[in-house]
Amino acid sequence: MDYLRAFIVGGTICLIGQILMDKTSLTPARILVSFVTAGVILGALGIYDPIFEYGKAGASVPLPGFGYALAKGTIKEVQQNGLIGAFTGGIKATSAGIAAAIFFGYLMAIIFNPKAKS
Amino acid sequence: MKTLRMEGDCMEHTNEERLKKEFQDMVKRSAPSSNFLKDCLAAFVVGGLICVIGQFVMNFFINMGIPKEEVGYYVATIMVFLGAFLTGIGVYDNIGKFAGAGSIVPITGFSNSIVAPAMEFKREGFVFGVGAKMFVIAGPVLVYGISSSVIVGIIYYIMNLFK
Repeated sequence: MDYLRAFIVGGTICLIGQILMDKTSLTPARILVSFVTAGVILGALGIYDPIFEYGKAGASVPLPGFGYALAKGTIKEVQQNGLIGAFTGGIKATSAGIAAAIFFGYLMAIIFNPKAKS
Repeated sequence: MKTLRMEGDCMEHTNEERLKKEFQDMVKRSAPSSNFLKDCLAAFVVGGLICVIGQFVMNFFINMGIPKEEVGYYVATIMVFLGAFLTGIGVYDNIGKFAGAGSIVPITGFSNSIVAPAMEFKREGFVFGVGAKMFVIAGPVLVYGISSSVIVGIIYYIMNLFK
């Protein structure tokens, strides 16, 4: 059941991205930026909570889930530590993803070479 | 039909537009069966399947006894690794050709956006090539994501002052 929900929620988020790409000629980079920012806003307003509760990885794996984690981490940290939490909370909550992206990204780029374009 | 929307920040001149149009026509001709609905279906299915893999990783670590608040770290790390590795061996780009947004929107697409330009610009050296170009797309994502979360934090703090 988890898997079906993850499939539907994750698929729907990607579908929205595809519609935006086809109908507005937004570039992939702009899609990524707007989806993360949308995740932050939806997370801050509490709208993404039920989506995450329902979809689990289907909501956390797509980029809005990254923004959601940023917003939730920030709010939690502000509750605990005050204003400084606005600066510490977001990156703390997403630290694993960011560090992994930098480390594995660098590693793979060093190891592999781009395939010759045919 | 796709309309070319002019974006204020780009230095498009007529030549570039003509090339773009030719390219789009070429894409249309070479893939006559490819249409909007097919794109959408591919994005939905592939994006959904990537999330199913994420769910599998999540369930695996929950069963290992990882607390729920921390399991997100594991899922993000593994998915980012998979995206980076599949990009390295050249598989992810093939998925992307078929899946469009289905491969861009998941976090695996985020790591793809790091590895692909980093590999491409390796010949420009390890500092300004790999080190700098890996953030061509990931950089803006982090800038806007983190900045907006800081703003959220400040607003939240101020709102609590007046409670």
